[in-house]
Amino acid sequence: MGEEKGNVKWQMNQKCATIGFHANPGSKAVKTRVSLFVTCIVDQVFPQVGIAMTQVLERLGYPVDFPAAQTCCGQPAFNSGYPEEAGIVARHFLNTFRDSEYIVVPSGSCASMIVHHYTDIFANEQKTLEQARSIAPRVWEFSRFLIEVAGVEDVGASFDGVVTYHDSCHSLREMHIKEGPRRLLSKVQGLTLREMEPAEECCGFGGTFSVKFPEVSGGMARTKIESILKTEAGTVVSVDSSCLMQIQGAIDRARLPIRTMHLAEVLAGR
Amino acid sequence: MTGQPSETINQTLGDARLQLAIYSATNRLMTHRAGAVRADLLPDYQELRTEANQLKKHTIEHLDHYLELFEKNVIAHGGKVVYCSDSQEVADFVLGLAKERGAHLIVKSKSMTTEEIHFNERLEKHGLEAVETDLGEYILQLAHQRPYHIVAPALHLTRYDVAEIFSKNLGVENEVVIEKQTKIARAALREKFLHADIGVTGANFLVADSGAVVVVENEGNARLTTSAPKIHITVAGIEKLIPRAQDLGVFLTLLGRSATGQPLTVYTSFLSGPRRNGEIDGPDEFYVVLLDNGRTKLLADPEKRQSLYCIRCGACLNHCPVYRKIGGHNYPWVYSGPIGAIITPQFHGVLKDPWLPFASSLCGACAEVCPVKIEIPKLLLKLRSEVTDAQRRQGVGGVERLAFGIWAWVMTHPRIYLMLARIGGIFLPLLPKVGPLGKWASQREVPKLAKTSFHQWWKAREVPK
Amino acid sequence: MVESARGAQVNSREVVLGNVRKALDRAAGLLPTTLTAPRLKIPILDRGRYTTLFGQNFEKLGGKSFFVREPREVAPILSELLQGKRAVASNAPFLAACGITGLPQVQSGFTDREALRAACVTADVGITSADYALAETGTLVMLSSPEEPRLISLLPPVHIAVFPQSRMLANLDELLAVLPNPAEQTSSMVLITGPSRTADIEQILVRGVHGPGEIYAVIV
Ligand code: SF4
Repeated sequence: MGEEKGNVKWQMNQKCATIGFHANPGSKAVKTRVSLFVTCIVDQVFPQVGIAMTQVLERLGYPVDFPAAQTCCGQPAFNSGYPEEAGIVARHFLNTFRDSEYIVVPSGSCASMIVHHYTDIFANEQKTLEQARSIAPRVWEFSRFLIEVAGVEDVGASFDGVVTYHDSCHSLREMHIKEGPRRLLSKVQGLTLREMEPAEECCGFGGTFSVKFPEVSGGMARTKIESILKTEAGTVVSVDSSCLMQIQGAIDRARLPIRTMHLAEVLAGR
Repeated sequence: MTGQPSETINQTLGDARLQLAIYSATNRLMTHRAGAVRADLLPDYQELRTEANQLKKHTIEHLDHYLELFEKNVIAHGGKVVYCSDSQEVADFVLGLAKERGAHLIVKSKSMTTEEIHFNERLEKHGLEAVETDLGEYILQLAHQRPYHIVAPALHLTRYDVAEIFSKNLGVENEVVIEKQTKIARAALREKFLHADIGVTGANFLVADSGAVVVVENEGNARLTTSAPKIHITVAGIEKLIPRAQDLGVFLTLLGRSATGQPLTVYTSFLSGPRRNGEIDGPDEFYVVLLDNGRTKLLADPEKRQSLYCIRCGACLNHCPVYRKIGGHNYPWVYSGPIGAIITPQFHGVLKDPWLPFASSLCGACAEVCPVKIEIPKLLLKLRSEVTDAQRRQGVGGVERLAFGIWAWVMTHPRIYLMLARIGGIFLPLLPKVGPLGKWASQREVPKLAKTSFHQWWKAREVPK
Repeated sequence: MVESARGAQVNSREVVLGNVRKALDRAAGLLPTTLTAPRLKIPILDRGRYTTLFGQNFEKLGGKSFFVREPREVAPILSELLQGKRAVASNAPFLAACGITGLPQVQSGFTDREALRAACVTADVGITSADYALAETGTLVMLSSPEEPRLISLLPPVHIAVFPQSRMLANLDELLAVLPNPAEQTSSMVLITGPSRTADIEQILVRGVHGPGEIYAVIV
């Protein structure tokens, strides 16, 4: 495929010895291919996040592929009380990514759905359960992949300004992602990270919760924005686009000069 | 759709004073807890949680054994155990006893279990006077309200509200100084304690190997309730058992810290039977009412029975961003917050308030702080699917189910997905009811679908560069 | 009435226990699986430091503590504290040994419930000993007994506990190791950690709502 050539070139340009040791210890040459699962929301609403993620991974020398049959992880149905319907979509995911060695996801929430909840959905279906169990260790939330697999903290990005980091709930509490994104941000040239208080409180998105209880959800978003405002940061960064959609929506409604960015977008910046 | 939540939610959201009261109270409780479980002060906090969870799991899974052991030991110390299936039986028992002993005045210390069964109202109907003695509960009783929070029952009221309630009910002048309000209550309740015939308390723990009732509190009202009157009745749910007195090391270490950040609450009373030979004070009669009231229904589900591990510390309420918005009274039952959201549907059936398990962003803050590690979000998810199942059996909620059916079909047919995506229709079937976009837009700007999806971008770049 | 109530109880007992067993799918009389040993963590500390630690924690809670070397040093401290006040003291032998019961302000020797209660209602101060004290939390542990009734540490607005240093334990876990089953010793064990308090109105801390708002510990 075309991009492979490009990747080889990238590899030549990078100091490969320092990275990718998990994938191919000691080797300066070929790295294991990673498969992108961009999630339905990134695909449809925030493709720039997927593009940024692709750029970062390719700059690090990873051959990237994109299984074209991918759609959604099934979480919307699962969280709305329809595990069967979620199971149908989950099965599709399992089939689509059956052969992928590394599945990198720009969302802690979708990654958690696959890693933790597929086994709940298929608890009584032995064969699919096995499949779900075998795929779980291959699923990597983007920031964790960078730190734990690629072994990098400094991806050579630069950014001009003050940012604050929002801990999205599923990344934080289900995937235990807390320090990684902060370490990556701290290595970005020109970027100042200023913590909001509390960073760990929910933004109020919650999937269909946001439309079933719009006033409560909106209230939670406004509380979040108050915490953001206190930092005087111009940008809010997170590893989940759905939270950012909620936060940005409320920011725009309040006509505030703050923007939201996915971590991948910051790391792709030069 | 999933039924209608309380209409007063929006009132609560719009009441700035109330919002501030809830926020500052829960903030304070969160800060106190965080300070008390800090790794340098309580290095084995996580192990204690695991231990507490295992102890509760063990007890609940062998509950019949521990109930009988507890009963045996209560009797050995001269007390009596009364099993009750429901609130009616509790009322019958207490009324019968009161009549036989010629009792009229009952003092009560804070007990969620008796709130559950409308104990006071039932007794009052039969001419008995039942007085709440916890300051917060006393205020609420005067105001005819139910607790707003399982640990801080009156957290929604300000000193001005209290002043109004006191002047209306106690005939005192408008008093807005909190210290003085406390004195007024102390004096009024002191009279009640000294004249009460029966003291009724809840229990934080029932200790099987000792036949003991453990009550924790800060004010001293539970001590007075159990020391001054001649009869002490404990009303407790059957799930309150723990195997051994020595297990209190784990539970007390966690309870006070999780609730209010106190390493130990001011008073922890460990009560086993009536006063013994030669003792000058203490009750002559000691009863423990073991209440089912629906708990055995929860017990039957191997996964959901963990809801019975709860030690009512209130931490999940304080940390719940939904509770912090909607407060305690918008929950349909006396138990509010995350724990209320998982036990109410199990006690009342999932179709009574079908919206309840959905009123959560599933952020998981509750489970993170729960000292007995109840998997609250997981149970909410399970209850959600039970709601949709029950609705299907009833033939309701068809629109949403159909929508998710269509959605699942689209999501498993990439070509259709891509086609719909191009016309921006991908998220439409997802939305639960006509007008969800409007609901989104009522609070937030609607995000624009990207001009080029990632799928399209990728396809375009696959052409060799 | 009582008969029928009792009859109903027997019935409900079987109903409730039956429902529990049905829900758990267990037959009557089954023993539980064995339980791991209780988790009790007792720090290894220099015992001499317990008293200081107790004092610090006790004062942090709003109490006041005194340390004296000899029992005879107690009475002067109490005379000071009791100036212009009336006190009720328990029948604990240690109080007599310290000469407290002999003080003019102090009433003691009650054996009758009503008399004791009447005295406690009007007294300004209640004086007791303590069966144990927990250094780590600044806690007094009181076991009720003929010598040590419950109301003295509860009804008067001030509580003074006088006890020998030998009763000092590290923490709650050590107490539970010393008293693995408190019910065998007493009908009522109370752990007192600080003065009575409430934060029920606006989360503002107020002391002395139902129990004593002031507490003192005199450690000999
Ligand atoms: S569910 Fe857990 S956190 Fe919530 S009140 Fe019960 S014990 Fe506390």
